Amino acid sequence: MSLRVDDLTVYYRSLRGDVKAVDGATFSIEDGEIMGLAGESGCGKSSLGKSLIRMDARMKHVGGRVELDGSELPIADDAKMNAFRFRDVSIVPQYSMSALTPTRKVGTVARELLESRDVQFDTVKPELVRRLTLVGLSEDVLDRYPIELSGGMKQRTVMVISTLLDPSLLIADEITSALDVSSQRAVGELLVEFRDRGFVKSMIVITHDLAILYQIADTILVMYAGKLAEKAPAETIVSAPRHPYTRLLISSLPEVGVRFDETRLAGIPGKPPSLLSPPAGCRFRDRCPLAFAKCEEEPPFVEIEPGHEVACWRTER
Amino acid sequence: MLALDGVSKVYKVGTFGGKRLRAVNDVSFQVAPGEVVSLIGESGSGKSTIGRMVLGLSRATEGTITFEGQDVSRLERRRLHAYYADVQGVFQDPFSSYNPIFKADRVLALVKGFFPEIGRSEWDDKVERALNAVRLEPGACLGKYPHQLSGGQLQRMLIARALLLDIKLLVADEIISMLDASTRIDVLNLLGDLKARGLGVLFITHDLSLGNYISDRTVILRHGEIVEAGATSKVFGNPLHPYTRMLLTSVPQLHSKWDATAPRSEVEQTREETAAHLVEVEPDHLVAAGGGNS
Amino acid sequence: MSVSEPPQPGVAVAGETVAGPASGAAAVSEPGATVAPHVHSEFLHFALRNWKFVAGATIVLACLLVALVGPLLTDNAPLAFTGPTDQPPSSEYWFGTTSYGQDVYSQFVYGLRAAFVVGSLGGGIAWVLGAGVGFTAGYRGGWIDDVLNMLTNVVLVIPTLAILIIVAAYLQVQSYWAEAVIIGLTSWPWAARAVRSQTFSLKTREFVDLARLSGRSTRQILTTELAPNMSSYLLMMFILLFGGAILIGASLDFLGLGPSESISLGLMMNNAFLASALLLGSWWWFLPPGLGIVALVGGLYVMNVGLDEVFNPKLRET
Repeated sequence: MSLRVDDLTVYYRSLRGDVKAVDGATFSIEDGEIMGLAGESGCGKSSLGKSLIRMDARMKHVGGRVELDGSELPIADDAKMNAFRFRDVSIVPQYSMSALTPTRKVGTVARELLESRDVQFDTVKPELVRRLTLVGLSEDVLDRYPIELSGGMKQRTVMVISTLLDPSLLIADEITSALDVSSQRAVGELLVEFRDRGFVKSMIVITHDLAILYQIADTILVMYAGKLAEKAPAETIVSAPRHPYTRLLISSLPEVGVRFDETRLAGIPGKPPSLLSPPAGCRFRDRCPLAFAKCEEEPPFVEIEPGHEVACWRTER
Repeated sequence: MLALDGVSKVYKVGTFGGKRLRAVNDVSFQVAPGEVVSLIGESGSGKSTIGRMVLGLSRATEGTITFEGQDVSRLERRRLHAYYADVQGVFQDPFSSYNPIFKADRVLALVKGFFPEIGRSEWDDKVERALNAVRLEPGACLGKYPHQLSGGQLQRMLIARALLLDIKLLVADEIISMLDASTRIDVLNLLGDLKARGLGVLFITHDLSLGNYISDRTVILRHGEIVEAGATSKVFGNPLHPYTRMLLTSVPQLHSKWDATAPRSEVEQTREETAAHLVEVEPDHLVAAGGGNS
Repeated sequence: MSVSEPPQPGVAVAGETVAGPASGAAAVSEPGATVAPHVHSEFLHFALRNWKFVAGATIVLACLLVALVGPLLTDNAPLAFTGPTDQPPSSEYWFGTTSYGQDVYSQFVYGLRAAFVVGSLGGGIAWVLGAGVGFTAGYRGGWIDDVLNMLTNVVLVIPTLAILIIVAAYLQVQSYWAEAVIIGLTSWPWAARAVRSQTFSLKTREFVDLARLSGRSTRQILTTELAPNMSSYLLMMFILLFGGAILIGASLDFLGLGPSESISLGLMMNNAFLASALLLGSWWWFLPPGLGIVALVGGLYVMNVGLDEVFNPKLRET
């Protein structure tokens, strides 16, 4: 599979005007690639993910084009996207633990979802059970109500149901944020296993947690204030980032072994600009220690070395 | 300064309160002045319950909590009020901690009741000094509504509120888990600086890296019981309990991959009725027996 | 007409933030939008643009105007036998006369006044009782909650109509003030229930803990922290209780259980019914009071639906 996103721009309608959540995103994902989409709250990562499957009624597609496996995804049209959802593009949403209707058994929810896509539940049930066993759940999960399952179990159930039709692209939106450390590892490794077994061709894993992306993602795309900042293989992002924001972010993360008394880590002063009326030029300018005159002009997202793209004038060749 | 001794919290659950749920089971530890003690545990470990009991928001069912020698487990009214001049809390969700219909600085005005004799201008000076101590610009955050400020600013204002009272102990319950990565470290560093000035902190978190960064001593909780406790360097440097080890190997690190051979998370277990016995394996390092060195 | 519970207002209070999940939650990514739109400053802006609110409020205010000013325009006392019997509307008697020769217009405007008295007093008493019981039960919990719950359930289940019939028979209710008090004392349970559940959800918010840590007493927390947060809810509840009280009062009067010394819209309809006005074709006698009740109570309910949309942004059509 391949995903090509070209100049995607998505705004949110709000009472105060349009929130420019994603502004001109251009990137691509190859077959079998797990791309981590990282950034802080309000940077647009969730919006970017949701725009690829068009799951939010407040979202307005303003421009850009998305191509999945060579054919265009009709992300501007809610009705047309219906044919693609769940089959070609699927999502495990934020708070998916609450995505299971509390008053219905899990099996009933799965059945209704499949039948809404004209798939006979009985034909896929064996595969569903096989996958549930694979993730460590037994078949009787289907007969239980969501309240009887733990958070990690619910998460895994939703993951299995969402990928049942072997979608080309899976969008995992903050699926580990609400989990305990031990479940996070289990779910993270499960994502990789889904890809390795071919249940899913490629994945976009959206999270603020760079450390977990380092563990499971092949490449990481960092967003800031609605714009793409840097995209590179996970190892490069963590050990040799080029964008000032990425560098400051990486160096502000405490790891086991780093102590306040010995090494005092620093954060990034200030806060991201409002997306209602973002400033012209580079959006990180006000907080960037390397800002200079040219930053008043917006830097393009260019490839500075094979597989490594950055939007910063300081890295320009 | 703060000492918990055999503290338990039992809830009555089920129809007609027939069953008992031990949210906290026989927990004992101390916090000295100028010391940061981390309570680390996953959800359901009882760490927040312990925090609430220390803050007097919830009553311990068994055991005692003493502060500077006085038993504070069952305080009422005036003595509770005096306790709050020494002990305060900051909670997880900055937007839930502020009443959305009032201005943010109302939380500071709320504690003026502790200083009935102070006049207007003296109070304003005090507020300004407290805001500066948490590195907040008075002009940038006074007179604003909570939704106009960022999570980091709101949390810092709550710390400023605690400082106004010149407290001795701060109970910080997951105070940075809802903040962005770039502001987290600033709030943590602030706690570190305050610690250097003599403030004791009970730092409740699920995040081991944060606990390791900021705390002098660590208590690891599981299902309401202590499984390992002691100096942070010893607990993290030489983890002995299988649960501690499992937690440490599951934490995603930035420069090393997960060890594929390390133990995975165990099958969900039921809580035991009686607490395991804590054994001192080396000075300032306690481990729950039954899971000690194998 | 029945004395069943009026419909309950929508539950969501404006400005609810999304509660964070179990420990480990990161800052929720909202698309740049601010949390908690400030309720009071935006209220008027949206209220005046919501046609349901405006339409309902206009009708209610029009009725109020008629109730205040109307009686000044006539010299005839409502129960006096002033004119010829069974006259259709004319320039002398704007709404015609009854079978007994009473001025229908006069009865109508004085009846409307009585409706407002019953509504505000009856609704007001129910409101105070409901909010008081609800807050206390919701905030305190424990055995206090259990006791108040039992009390609420008992009053809720009592067939109000039967009680009112008995009371009316024994106490010889003479004025609308008394009727309003009785209505107020029996229609508060659903309000208490609603306030209790809202209080439950609000009291787990951390700003309540913070208020406790600042040394506030329960009473202070309820009045200064929780009630203002629920102001929209309490307002809508009052409007519903007001309308409900009028309906109950009209029902009682129609059944002949209300005060007979004065006039009300329900009593007008009762009299018209007993005098076979329908068969005789004296539409001017029962149509005004009927339409009056419908307009007033309907206007109140429509106003409430509009308010629900104003306070709860998610219900607005964008």
